[in-house]
Amino acid sequence: MDEAVKKGEMSVSAPTDETAVIQLTGRWKRSAGLPGAGEALGILESRPLLRKVSFNTAGITEWDSSLLTFFLRIRHSLEIKGVVAEADGLPDGARRLLRMAAAVPERPGARAEAEPAGVRQESFLSRVGGGAISLSGAVEEAVAFIGEAALGFFALVRGRGAFRPADVYSFVQGAGVQALPIVSVIGMLVGSIFAFMGAIQLRTFGAQIYVADLVGIAMVRVMGAVMTGVIMAGRTGAAYAAQLGAMQVNEEIDALRTFGISPVEFLVAPRVIALTLMMPFLCVYADFMGILGGLIVGAGMLDLSAASYIAETRSTLDLTNLWIGLFHSFVFGIIISLTGCLRGMQCGRSASAVGDAATSAVVTAIVWMVIATAAITYLCDLMGI
Amino acid sequence: MDETEIAVRDLAIGYGGLALLKNINFTVGRSEIFIIMGESGSGKSTLLKAMIGLKKPAGGRILYGTMDLWGAGPDERERLMRRFGVLYQNGALWTSMTLAENVSLPLEQHTDLSRGEIRDTVALKLALVGLAGFENFYPAELSGGMARRAGLARAMALDPDILFFDEPSAGLDPVNARMLDNLILRIRDSIGSTFVVVTHELASIFSIGDNSVYLDADSGTITAAGHPKVLLAQSEDRKVRNFLTRGNEKSYAADRGN
Repeated sequence: MDEAVKKGEMSVSAPTDETAVIQLTGRWKRSAGLPGAGEALGILESRPLLRKVSFNTAGITEWDSSLLTFFLRIRHSLEIKGVVAEADGLPDGARRLLRMAAAVPERPGARAEAEPAGVRQESFLSRVGGGAISLSGAVEEAVAFIGEAALGFFALVRGRGAFRPADVYSFVQGAGVQALPIVSVIGMLVGSIFAFMGAIQLRTFGAQIYVADLVGIAMVRVMGAVMTGVIMAGRTGAAYAAQLGAMQVNEEIDALRTFGISPVEFLVAPRVIALTLMMPFLCVYADFMGILGGLIVGAGMLDLSAASYIAETRSTLDLTNLWIGLFHSFVFGIIISLTGCLRGMQCGRSASAVGDAATSAVVTAIVWMVIATAAITYLCDLMGI
Repeated sequence: MDETEIAVRDLAIGYGGLALLKNINFTVGRSEIFIIMGESGSGKSTLLKAMIGLKKPAGGRILYGTMDLWGAGPDERERLMRRFGVLYQNGALWTSMTLAENVSLPLEQHTDLSRGEIRDTVALKLALVGLAGFENFYPAELSGGMARRAGLARAMALDPDILFFDEPSAGLDPVNARMLDNLILRIRDSIGSTFVVVTHELASIFSIGDNSVYLDADSGTITAAGHPKVLLAQSEDRKVRNFLTRGNEKSYAADRGN
């Protein structure tokens, strides 16, 4: 390789005690493996009498902004010690770029604001206080939203809401019929998983037939509703958050407000009604698919006859179980649709905010569904059902 | 101008405890095309949001006639807002509805018109903005200029007294931007509405503006007011002249080191 196109190299010479010359040669490009500014600074800082540093770049063949950052780091570090670094020896273009960068002075305070929040040391107390304030704000917002949604619902029931029947119809379709395939698959698989798990234990006692009881009660009482809820939170709740979030970004919600149309009545109420209406139906369907899954495993692997499996299921299930399951799904429907819409309405004004809203809608809905399930289970226990 | 339509008095607007705009004072005359101009980030759109009832100011008053927009109760404010039409930056058409549905929704909500009357009104409004026959198109099927004009048709649905525009020609090609400007002039001349236009498009400012204010990003207040052409010729403020000459104000540019 020719001497001239070798990678960038640096040497420091000192004509007098007060001056130094940094000689740069070769190819000063980011990819070429350059000597760091620290190396030069190490040499320069060992000279206490130094007042002025100049550059000799006559031997440089090519350069990019790494030459500028090299120079700026040296100048910045030396400035503090009262040493002047002169740009005169840099290539013409580089000097022009430096002048351009210095043309508009740095805005005071801009740098401090740009620091990541984590860098700033905050006391434990102020963090706890800040957290509490933002929590109370979030609770207030959520309560206000639920109140507004309830008012919107009543307005709708009284026939005075701003919604369009066609909207409810299309949401019912989206949250109902179109969800059937995924609910079928998940419901059936969950039923068969229960059957497998139960079978391993029950077979040791020769009590395989009770697999039907296990699957039937588990699915109908709670699992059908929970699995449907999880599916719908990921599918429809996230979609609601993304739809309303995108409308927020696009100022469509502002446009509704300026026409005096309540976004909660017009956008939220029909979604909540559609999903809350459809959830119990989906739940019953998931129950049925779960029992079917259990039946397939029972009849196929456990040598139970289909007739005896069905008879056992019928004898063990009563309406109480079904009502409890339906109640779960009804509550889940409200939770999923409200959290989806709330997160959508709270969405910021950027594309990434829409993604955050959808994610947050799913997480919030699932957390509240688990809490609701625990509460309902406890209540059922108290009531002895 | 003969009569005052809007009077903004000592208005201050903040974002999360941070003062964004302060000491905002101006009046808009009836049937005037009033321009709010300024650099990006000077708070033009925020001021517009306060004027149309979407963002509560931190202080001051916005008077429509004798009525204080933010001092009034929610019901009164709602009634006042019925007199406004707003064209948002990108049209903000409701994407799940056709153009006809977009224009007819406000009519369905706030008037007792029959279906047929609504259909005729919608057709008329769309024809006014040059979109006759586009009733069954969805917003996604329109070009930027068409979406903006459809937004204007929707903004005019309830025959508002005052039309607000948030950067109407932003992102439009010169021909479409000009078309929108001409539309604004024609509507004003034929029905006498008042227009408040937030924009930084110089061509629009000079061709349609009757009166204007310049919002300064650094001080957060109005630093110049008057007819745009008069401001260009006579303003003492170098920053304003620099804005109106597209950065060609020599003395100002030299200060900034360009």
